[in-house]
Amino acid sequence: MTNAVDLLGQVMSRNGLITAFVVVGITVWVSYQLSTRLTRGHLHGSAIAIMLGLLAAYLSGVVTGGSRGVADLEVLAGIGLMGGAMLRDFAIIATAFGVNTKELVRAGASGVIALFAGVFLSFAIGALVAFGFGYTDPVSMTTIGGGAATYIVGPVTGAAIGASSDVIALSIAAGLIKSMLVMAGTPFVAPLIGLNNPRSAMIYGGLLGTTSGVAGGLAATDERLVPYGAMTATFYTGLGCLLGPSVIYVAIRAIMA
Amino acid sequence: MVIYGVALLAGCMLAGVFIGELIGELIGVDANVGGVGISMLLLILISAKARLTGRLRHISQTGITFWSAIYIPVVVAMAASQNVVAAVRGGSAAVLAGVLAVVVSCALVPLLSHIGGELPSPLPKDTDTELGR
Repeated sequence: MTNAVDLLGQVMSRNGLITAFVVVGITVWVSYQLSTRLTRGHLHGSAIAIMLGLLAAYLSGVVTGGSRGVADLEVLAGIGLMGGAMLRDFAIIATAFGVNTKELVRAGASGVIALFAGVFLSFAIGALVAFGFGYTDPVSMTTIGGGAATYIVGPVTGAAIGASSDVIALSIAAGLIKSMLVMAGTPFVAPLIGLNNPRSAMIYGGLLGTTSGVAGGLAATDERLVPYGAMTATFYTGLGCLLGPSVIYVAIRAIMA
Repeated sequence: MVIYGVALLAGCMLAGVFIGELIGELIGVDANVGGVGISMLLLILISAKARLTGRLRHISQTGITFWSAIYIPVVVAMAASQNVVAAVRGGSAAVLAGVLAVVVSCALVPLLSHIGGELPSPLPKDTDTELGR
């Protein structure tokens, strides 16, 4: 019997991506059942699936001590490939097929404004929080501000201006919190902020900026909004990495001097 | 052929990500600048043109629509491979910075939505999306 279990484990880990299709398929099915039966469709099936995913990632992280959620469990390593940057970006790009180009052009300007507003705002908030917690030097404030932008902007900025490793770790944690909150929380705030049309989705993507968060959050809200939000969000990290160690660091240094 | 659609999609991604890396290099940033967004624009432009001229047959389009439909499962897998423990253990400074950034950014969405004329109407209630919700 144990042999059969071992064998099954071997088959699953040798065919990692295929295992991922089965496991994710079952998770999505269960989530949609829960959505119709328990919430009568009020809470989206994909929102439940994403929350179940985050929960599973947390539990696996506690058990394995790893950093890649369930992908650190050998039999589920394929989930890491399926949900990794390569396939995620491939699928995001595919959602652009058939978008409303007129709306895209019309929303373009507000999308760009949202991008700049989002980057500066997140840096400002992160830097203020850092200041409140006693990180009063411009380098730490800028780095934690970068974390409030995304979990990539934080460490890139920190490395560029020479932040200490604990501050960089803190900035990554802030970015992860943001990303997960956006993933799980978007369906709940969507009705409050009018997130139900292509233009507001582009603005949402530009303001929030975390690609994984926006991609997950919009999928959980209305998957037709995904391409519009993802379009702007994908420029955010690059813009943050550009402005963070340069303009924003100089500005914060000038304010604190 | 289905592969034509998949190849077009993949080609757009490679080209877009390459351009994103180039832009990053040019402006001296250690990150990909908008690679995915550029890929999306390429796909929109090329597929619109190819559909108009009839070069992209329906069967080839399914090579793209399949990946578009598989998007939500991919996002679920992405959620399941996040470093949730690190986020939770980041301490109150990290939590506060992350939460405040989200709350304030969300609050700005309705304000910025009014730039560029009246708001577009909401998308119609969907009945036949991929997962049949």
